[in-house]
Amino acid sequence: MTRDALRAVSTRWDTVLLVVLAAVVVTAGLLVDGFASGRNLQFLLLDVVAIALIALPLTLIVITGEIDLSVASTLGLCSAVMGQLWVAGLSLELVVVLVVGLGAVLGAVNAVFVTRFALPSLAVTIGTLAAYRGLAFVVLGDQAVADFPFSWTTAASSTVADGSVPWAAVVTLVPAVVFGVVLHATPFGRSLYAMGNNAEAAAFSGIRVARAKFWLFVASGAVSGLAGVYWTLRFASARADNAAGLELAVVAAVLLGGVSIFGGRGTLLGVLAGVLLLGAVRNALQLADVAADTLDVVTGGLLIASVVVPNAVGLARTRWRRRRTA
Amino acid sequence: MSQHQRTVRVGLIAVLALLVTAACGGTTRGSGDSPTSNRATGSANPDAALVEGLDVAFLPKQVNNPYFTVADGGGKAATEEFKGSYKEVGPSEASASSQVSYINTLSQQQTDVIVTSANDPNAICGALTSARQAGAKVVTFDSDTKPECRDVFVNQATAEGIAKNQVELISAQIGGAGKIAILSATPNATNQNAWIELMREELRKPEHAGIEIVTVAYGNDDDQKSFQETQGLLRSYPDLKGIVSPTTVGVAAAARYLSTSEYKGKVALTGLGTPNQMREFVKDGTVEAFALWNPADLGYLAAYAGAALASGRITGAAGEEFEAGKLGEYTIGADGVVVLGPPTVFDQGNIDQFDF
Amino acid sequence: MSGRGSVVGVVRRFWSARESGIVVALVLLVLVTTVDSPNFLSPQSVRDLLLGAAILVVLAVGQTVVVISRNIDLSVGSVLGLVAFATGKLLSSAPATPTAVAVLLGVGLGAVCGVVNGVLVAAARVPALVITLGTLYAFRGVDHSWARGEQINASDMPRSFLGLGTWTVLGVPVLAIIALTVVLAVGFYLRNYRSGRELYAIGSEPAAARLSGIPVGRRVFTSFVVCGASAGLAGVLYAARFGTVDATAGTGIELQVVAAAVVGGVAIFGGSGSAYGAALGALLLTTIGSSLAVLRINPFWQQAVVGGLILAAIGLDRLLAVRAANRLRGRSSHDA
Repeated sequence: MTRDALRAVSTRWDTVLLVVLAAVVVTAGLLVDGFASGRNLQFLLLDVVAIALIALPLTLIVITGEIDLSVASTLGLCSAVMGQLWVAGLSLELVVVLVVGLGAVLGAVNAVFVTRFALPSLAVTIGTLAAYRGLAFVVLGDQAVADFPFSWTTAASSTVADGSVPWAAVVTLVPAVVFGVVLHATPFGRSLYAMGNNAEAAAFSGIRVARAKFWLFVASGAVSGLAGVYWTLRFASARADNAAGLELAVVAAVLLGGVSIFGGRGTLLGVLAGVLLLGAVRNALQLADVAADTLDVVTGGLLIASVVVPNAVGLARTRWRRRRTA
Repeated sequence: MSQHQRTVRVGLIAVLALLVTAACGGTTRGSGDSPTSNRATGSANPDAALVEGLDVAFLPKQVNNPYFTVADGGGKAATEEFKGSYKEVGPSEASASSQVSYINTLSQQQTDVIVTSANDPNAICGALTSARQAGAKVVTFDSDTKPECRDVFVNQATAEGIAKNQVELISAQIGGAGKIAILSATPNATNQNAWIELMREELRKPEHAGIEIVTVAYGNDDDQKSFQETQGLLRSYPDLKGIVSPTTVGVAAAARYLSTSEYKGKVALTGLGTPNQMREFVKDGTVEAFALWNPADLGYLAAYAGAALASGRITGAAGEEFEAGKLGEYTIGADGVVVLGPPTVFDQGNIDQFDF
Repeated sequence: MSGRGSVVGVVRRFWSARESGIVVALVLLVLVTTVDSPNFLSPQSVRDLLLGAAILVVLAVGQTVVVISRNIDLSVGSVLGLVAFATGKLLSSAPATPTAVAVLLGVGLGAVCGVVNGVLVAAARVPALVITLGTLYAFRGVDHSWARGEQINASDMPRSFLGLGTWTVLGVPVLAIIALTVVLAVGFYLRNYRSGRELYAIGSEPAAARLSGIPVGRRVFTSFVVCGASAGLAGVLYAARFGTVDATAGTGIELQVVAAAVVGGVAIFGGSGSAYGAALGALLLTTIGSSLAVLRINPFWQQAVVGGLILAAIGLDRLLAVRAANRLRGRSSHDA
């Protein structure tokens, strides 16, 4: 088990990412005023928590060859419902549990469409992306619910021992470790790679493909619901348009992290590195007063580079190898 | 029983237990958990000179929005006058949470004055409070946050003034009675909702008894959406006499639709629009009169308010006075609100005098 | 193709065609709305509908070409915004430019963006979802940094160009005629030209297509150029119709475009669908938007309805595909 875990950790793309991340952090710390400070670290981590949370189950889903684009809409709908339940007078503890449960149900809807009716997950989750966001507006309309208890909203942004690491980031480590262990150190996790590489072969070798995918989508929904709770409390505002468009940022981070869109390859460590890398680059560039437009171009460029570069490297290597053996 | 059934059982019990513990007691609404007041303390020194070299940052609802480009330009002019350094930052999309990371960045950069127009009155409060604790002065303009999160709010006109003005304009144009609709911006915008509410109140007065608001449509400050909403309004309510659109994007889109449709001249249109965008519709008779303030003046005043705060001349308390360059002296009202002035009405007679 | 009586064959082809389902849905929707509000079918209203749908139709048809070959182009919204702003800038600084030239330049700029996508997808063999996600960000960023908060107003552009958005021929808006031409052209190409039909082959089974000698890379590249060009045309039409253009034009429209194609029967995994279906899908989506407004249904339901439609459409497609596969299996066992 350790050997497999070690191998997973030392995959080529991961190392590249971690090196790049370290380089970016060091360069930014030296060149950009204000980057290398505890307070900035706090801001950075708070900004990436939601993306990191959602990226965890999404990684597993993409490894099996599927995709879930409805995550941000699930977050939004859960946030809207959270607002309405709070207004209805339920206790906040109960609301949180119910909302995460709702997320799981929303994920189950995706799961049923993908596994039971064998529909392509890209199309299904595009549909639920629109449907859930629309439902969020139906639930909350033009209101914003903002009178959440002060102690809860400050807790969402508070740090450990008044230092620079937010509690939210520490809490995110828990599901990160869980998903990491499941993916890299259990037979279930290995079966996901098998599914991504060849779903039919995996099915024939006894892996319960449909069931695995079902629970992955449910997990994705539940985690999105949890992210919705965090988002609502951090911004002290339950709105129907919370996190609109976030799915693109999450997919970008997952792909940047080395997970192949075709399935069958990728590691959780790489994805976390990807999330941090995108967050750090954005943070540093913003501190350096780079305009929002350029940030968009950079994000797009990074995404394209993250897929083109490995392909180009692979092509070059095969050609070089062919020349050597010729 | 099978492994699978056992897992499901355990799972269900766990969920039930969780639900029960969560349901029994817990934090509910109204348990009085709200922040202590964050109003600025300390005394003002009305004779203090404006500090030079202040870092002033404008953070509009979204960059690349022409209205804010003009307003921020006014802020830039003011900043240059009091010899500060100006910059404009902001998100490409006007969402509630997108401004937060920019505020955090500005705070990290030790900005002295943050001038912002909020997409959502609550979402940026935490970040603003943190920025103020780190030493920045916060001025809001155009769209306010909760008062405890900022030092001063520069309002373009009083909400009552705007509402009254809009009602008077439409009433004059539809002959005092009839059905009207409102074409607003985004459903959550603080300023829009405040004005609409006050317009309803104004219409309850006996002199406007014949006018009825049939619906409020939302164009989301998006040109195409506003265009389509106008179409929808005219089709759903064939006896509509007038449309009020208190948003520059909305009124321009509605005017453009009306001027090429069969409703031109039959359905009155007024609202808050910029002279440049509305000029051709006033000239071709689609729109009789509309109103606005000068957004550049708004940004200008906001910048000066920020400089006065950062120099210690004012603290944001009611009654304090400060000078705002060529605009003259201003007094702070209740809740730290400063009003720019009454709205200007534009019509055929004066529209050519303005260029924004 | 059935060898029995040609009339029966044609009817069966018509009724089993996916497009007829959408036509039925469209007719039902219009009927329901007209019953509630009779002036929904007034000339002004129909004109507005056609005008509103035209841009989405052009985008959806271009997207079809790409989706049929098992790809996707998410950057169409950004391309539309970029071209719309470029057109506005061109015409406001050089008002003497003939409309035709402006249109050609706009289409050309869109095609250039399509080339970028096409090269990356075809040559670098990278999945289109990822590439066009990246170019969605990149093109939008370029658009914003060029515009810098500027807004082109209708009064800055020549009347002759804006006329494109308002003139009618025999009561039918010019914009709708342009859209219809595009639909017919692309539909004809896909069905009757060898290279068009090869796109279906590539979408059905890329490996087999490659082995049977189809130049997959070239075809895929061309499909992206066509999609980019159509987005460029849509951008020009947008500038003509709305007159006011800033850097946010077209933001977020890619979801509607994909929805229109999917609802119109274009399978997301390629291999089936037609330009006519996509155009009908776009028309249906636009009509739903108007109907909801006219029926005074809470406008917040609109997006939820669109989502539900997508799910229904792909479910229906799957059902039809399964049934067709069964029928083929049944027929082959009979013929053998």
